[in-house]
Amino acid sequence: MKRLVAALFAGLLLAAHAQVTVEKPEIPLSVEQEARLAELLPDLRCLVCQNESLAESRAPLALDLKYEVRELVASGKSPTEIKRYLTDRYGDFVLFRPPFDARTWLLWLGPFALVLVALLVLLRQIRGGKRELAATNPKAVDKAALKKLLEEAK
Amino acid sequence: MRYAIPLLILGVLLAFFAVGLQRDPRVLPSPLIGKAVPAFELPVLALPKAESPPLSMGNAAFAGKPYLVNFFASWCAGCQVEHPYLMQLAKQGGVTIVGVDYKDADADVRQWLAARGNPYAPILVDLDGRAGIDFGVYGVPETFVVSADGRILHKHVGALTPEAFARDVKPLLGAGS
Repeated sequence: MKRLVAALFAGLLLAAHAQVTVEKPEIPLSVEQEARLAELLPDLRCLVCQNESLAESRAPLALDLKYEVRELVASGKSPTEIKRYLTDRYGDFVLFRPPFDARTWLLWLGPFALVLVALLVLLRQIRGGKRELAATNPKAVDKAALKKLLEEAK
Repeated sequence: MRYAIPLLILGVLLAFFAVGLQRDPRVLPSPLIGKAVPAFELPVLALPKAESPPLSMGNAAFAGKPYLVNFFASWCAGCQVEHPYLMQLAKQGGVTIVGVDYKDADADVRQWLAARGNPYAPILVDLDGRAGIDFGVYGVPETFVVSADGRILHKHVGALTPEAFARDVKPLLGAGS
């Protein structure tokens, strides 16, 4: 009985379909091209495991895209052209550094704007504090008025 | 008054969270919407009952009528989920569903279809996933709505549901002639 169950399970495992990986010919690259590829891959996002780059990911789609990029490098395409090839298909999401445009200006400038606002608030607070301090500072007392008061007291 | 500004900031943050947390981070917008369908020419899957189908088909074969392109695979769980609904759509008629069998063994998909039925009119084979890359596919199942003049009108990521079809797909099928 146990053997039957084991055999059934083994059968199930065999019956489970798997993704096909097509063996593709290796693409030889020159040292310089290899360096360009190594520079490019960490900037490209794996679409499946979204926080990994193509350089790190072992997902099947990432391997396919890596191969594609390798082919493009081999055919002499520039990094800009290769990025265009990918964004034409997958959108800006494939780039870890999105371009600066009408949709992304807030993303790029937002943090700096927030820091600026914080600085302005801080400056106002400091100025307000100084003014308050000045009002109570004995050195800042109007000397003429003080003298007059003292005369009157005599 | 003292709390006005912190409360305002909290309100803005909550609004952002409320919207952001309800979005599915796995659904990415496709840059292909509104553009022409990527050029493709793929082998047609030979099926037992079909009478001498063409060996391969490309964009031109489907021009003139809106159609769906459904990337699927026999190894994909989401495809199993949406399959009964695709069968129902095929039975209703009205729209051609072009299946693209993504990185799948022919024998596997024949067996898969024999067990479940075939909603596709034809099935094209994308063995190495190149066509998938041209369509910007990052996880099957994905369904594209193509207009009669060959533009991509909409992309649905994940299993196609009756709700998604009624909301996103159906209104588009009359357009673009």
